[in-house]
Amino acid sequence: MIDFSETGDRHPVAVELSQAAVSFGRGEKAVAALQETSLKIAEGEFLALVGPSGCGKSTILKLASGLLQPSRGAVIVGGKEVGAKALRIGMAFQNPTLLPWLTIERNVMLPLKIVRPFRSQYRSKKNTEYRDRVHALLADVGLERFANHYPWQLSGGMLQRANLCRALVHDPSLLLLDEPFGALDQFTREELWATMQSLWMKRKPTVLLVTHDLKEAGFLASRICVMSARPGRIIDDSTVDFARPRTVPMTFEPDFTALNQRLRELIIDARTDVATEEA
Amino acid sequence: MSYAIRRRFWAAFLILAFFGLWEILCIALQVSDLVLPRPSQILATLVGRFDVLWPHILQTLWTTMVGFLLGVTVGLLIGACIGTSRIAYDTAYPLLIGFSSIPKVAVVPIFVLWFGSGSVPAILTALAMCFFPIVVNIATGLATTEPELEDVLKSMGASKLDILWNVGLPRTMPFFFASLKIAATFAFVGSVLSETVASNRGIGNVMMTASSNFDVPLVFAGLFILAVLGVLLYAAFSLVEMRVAGWANRRNDITTTA
Repeated sequence: MIDFSETGDRHPVAVELSQAAVSFGRGEKAVAALQETSLKIAEGEFLALVGPSGCGKSTILKLASGLLQPSRGAVIVGGKEVGAKALRIGMAFQNPTLLPWLTIERNVMLPLKIVRPFRSQYRSKKNTEYRDRVHALLADVGLERFANHYPWQLSGGMLQRANLCRALVHDPSLLLLDEPFGALDQFTREELWATMQSLWMKRKPTVLLVTHDLKEAGFLASRICVMSARPGRIIDDSTVDFARPRTVPMTFEPDFTALNQRLRELIIDARTDVATEEA
Repeated sequence: MSYAIRRRFWAAFLILAFFGLWEILCIALQVSDLVLPRPSQILATLVGRFDVLWPHILQTLWTTMVGFLLGVTVGLLIGACIGTSRIAYDTAYPLLIGFSSIPKVAVVPIFVLWFGSGSVPAILTALAMCFFPIVVNIATGLATTEPELEDVLKSMGASKLDILWNVGLPRTMPFFFASLKIAATFAFVGSVLSETVASNRGIGNVMMTASSNFDVPLVFAGLFILAVLGVLLYAAFSLVEMRVAGWANRRNDITTTA
């Protein structure tokens, strides 16, 4: 699937955690957030991380983004230690954080103003090439008519679509999503799953999605990792090979519900383990 | 009549009623103009002695504006420093609070001691009066940047300067202009204050001299000039604020202009 001959230095593994552990604080007061964890995410893979809340899902995401250094072990992104900025990264959180003084078009364009090599030509191309690029992306998510609107004029679901566009506009090879659909209602969320799926199928970036919605994980991911309660570690790793494009009706079929049920039990077990330990 | 026109009408009416009542009460109660001159007398003094007052107005405006500009520059720099760095914020804040809580009247003699009487202490007092609200507002605006957005940008490889320029500073603009309006009036207070203590020019000095000569209408004429200048400065910066940071008030704009 992955063509090595074309670029030569391409690495089949996009993100690798090797015995990476994170603890906050020092000495006796140190709190472990993540136990020694090893995980490989292949290029073009859509990996979902699920688990009980506070288990360190977001910690793994922050490790992959380079915003956080592991206390022990190593994190290798794009074949280099984190911090080397070997991969172009896009990120989206539950809070869309669009800038209220910019139009949707300019908000989505923001990464092009910052990320190399786009930034050097931002001035000359912002009204031509970059504008078209942004508009094409907005059209993909059904927001083309809202390019010149301001964020406060849009609904929550539309803001989150724009947020996804902002995370993708600079063509990142690694997309990090931290519960991006968590604050949306059920129907909007399902719509956005479909949008996300088509965006991914079109561009095939490596995606790391943190979510607590098992149905969402099953719908979007090509592989799901289940984490234990805090301090987290990966307790289950399974591939999801339902045909794409997946649809919402598919989520009611027996195979899908069986997967859902299995993940659910794993997480419930992980939670009760901790409860009995604490008692 | 639209709401905006009605609002203006009543605001103007209140001002006129205030002066009208003042005039009537002074006549009815036969108040001596040594105690409280009537608005008409004050106006007459203003018009009659405008040629004398004019250079003093310019002097006060000049020291205010220079002090204000310096204060804005200093305030912006300090605000940007302590707003972007947690450590700088924690270490510098106590000192800043201490400095800002000193009554500025007490500082004027020191400035006079160092630089002699005249424009320099007026400018410095204006600066000392006006930089603090700017520091606080800029620092607050910067410190309230959403951490998620900072993460998004940092993961793309944005430098601190990129974030400051694209997110931090635009976000502080409404705070900044709100503080500019306050700072402009504070700078004004500062320079007048210094003029009353140690200067032979400026509105503050005119008022001091007039009061020791029992020229009460002239004292009040000075007050009038200060009030008008203060309002003009405030209005000027409100206008700039609307232009530059209107996005923060857009809902009001729509409801009042529609």
